[in-house]
Parts: sequence; C-alpha cells; structure tokens
Amino acid sequence: MDLASLIFWIIAVVLVAAALVVVGQRNIVHSALALVVVFAMASGIFLLLNAEFIAIVQILIYAGAVTILILFALMLTRIAGQRVTNPNTRPLAMAVALVVSALVGLGIIFAATVSQFAQSAPAAQLLQGTVCSLPSNNVIAIGQLLYSPSCYSYVLPFEIATVVLLVAIVGAIVISREEE
Amino acid sequence: MGLTLTHFVVLGAVLFCIGLYGALTKRNAIAILMSIEIMLNAVNITLIAFSFFNHVKPYSNLLTGQIFAIFIITVAAAEAALALAMIIAIYRKRQTVDVGEIDMLKW
Repeated sequence: MDLASLIFWIIAVVLVAAALVVVGQRNIVHSALALVVVFAMASGIFLLLNAEFIAIVQILIYAGAVTILILFALMLTRIAGQRVTNPNTRPLAMAVALVVSALVGLGIIFAATVSQFAQSAPAAQLLQGTVCSLPSNNVIAIGQLLYSPSCYSYVLPFEIATVVLLVAIVGAIVISREEE
Repeated sequence: MGLTLTHFVVLGAVLFCIGLYGALTKRNAIAILMSIEIMLNAVNITLIAFSFFNHVKPYSNLLTGQIFAIFIITVAAAEAALALAMIIAIYRKRQTVDVGEIDMLKW
C-alpha cells in the first residue's frame, strides 16, 4: 500500500466517523464541533486530488466562516431543552429515514461503479470558445478559467455568482434585522 | 497510485447518505442545515475526483469539476447565511427552531 492510499484511508475513516458524530450526537454543540473535523478532512481529500485552491477555500469558508455562523446561530437561539436535537422518539420514522438513505447510497454506488456509464463516459464536445493551454499551477489555472476574457472561461457564471452573494448579504441583513 | 475513481466516488456516496439521514431525522433547523452542508461537501468530493481522474474528456482537462466545486461553495455560503438569518427571525417570532412546529405554510 503506497503513501497516497494510506493517507486516503486515514482521512476517509476520520471523515465518515466525524460525519456520523454530527448526525448521531444529541448535543448540538458537539455536532457543530464535529462538523469542523468533517470540513478539515474533506480539505485533506481535496489536497490528495491536487485541488490546492479548493482545499484552502474549504478551510477558509467552511471550517472558518460557516462553522462560526452556525455556532452564533446556536448561541442566539438557545432555549431550555434545545440543546438536545434528536429526541429519537419515533423509531419507525428513524428506520424509514435509514432505509431511504441507504437505498439512495446504494443507487449512487451502483451508478458510479457497475453501470455502463461508469465504464466509459460519453465523449463530449466543448460548446464554445477557444481553449488555451492551462498552466500547471492549480491556482493560476483556476484563475484563468474563471476570469479570462479571451480563452474558454466562466466569466459570466462568475459574475452571476457575485450577484448571488450580494443578494444573500442584503437578504440576510433584511431578514434578521430587529423590527422597531 | 493505488487509488481509483471508485474510492472517491464511494466515499462521496457514503458521506452523502450520512448527510441525507441527518437531514431526514433531525428536528432542529440548524442541525438540518449542518447535514445539508455535509451533503454539499460529498458532492464536491465527487466532482473534484471526476476532474482529477480525467474521466470525462475533454472537460476533466479543463478542471471543470473544480470550477463547479467553487460555485457550489459560493452558493452554499450564501445559503448558510440566508438560512441562519431565517432561523433567527423565526426564533424571534415563535420561540422555537423545531421544524415540526414551524408549520404555518403546511397545506
């Protein structure tokens, strides 16, 4: 077993265990802390897949911002008994949820490993644009793919994403503002 | 490297199921949001794995999976901010974040 496989298995086991803690833990603050481990381990998976930029963004946005946001929301919505999130009073509903998620998972694994699409993806054609050669540096390549005006790039989706973020910021402020 | 695309896709599928189970069973709205974040992360792992293993030519060469992961992260951040603002607003009005009790729009 080579080093990459060893690292993958360690990260995968910790990742799945932390995700199980997030959904299984009854104390919601513990769930939020386990969520940090999930995000950090996912970032390790991204590093293993040569996606350095996304690994850093994952740490910054998820492990940093989103977790802090969730902890703040927990702090602002605290009432007696609210710490326990998973009362486990309806075992039938839990069993149905378990079966549904297991079936969805088996379906995904079947589609990705056994079915005919997994063996050979159909050859696609680029819809538009002239493709420039990408630099080997991951960050520079992503920058060129996001902003480049002349080469094949995602300028328009990027601009739409900025508008989405602006709307989200303004919306969050308007929704959560205290009314006089 | 002894790792194949299947390793990462199965890891993503397992993570997606854990998130789905949490989103179906949890009653606290914030816990449901946390489960949804796990599901989005599972999808990101799958997309970046398809990009790395050059499975979908010629898009994998162009890092399309990574670009999509960036957009997913953007939308997820916006979604988390909006959802938490809504949860806090609902909590202020009704003193609860239990999704079973927030049923004003039911039927």
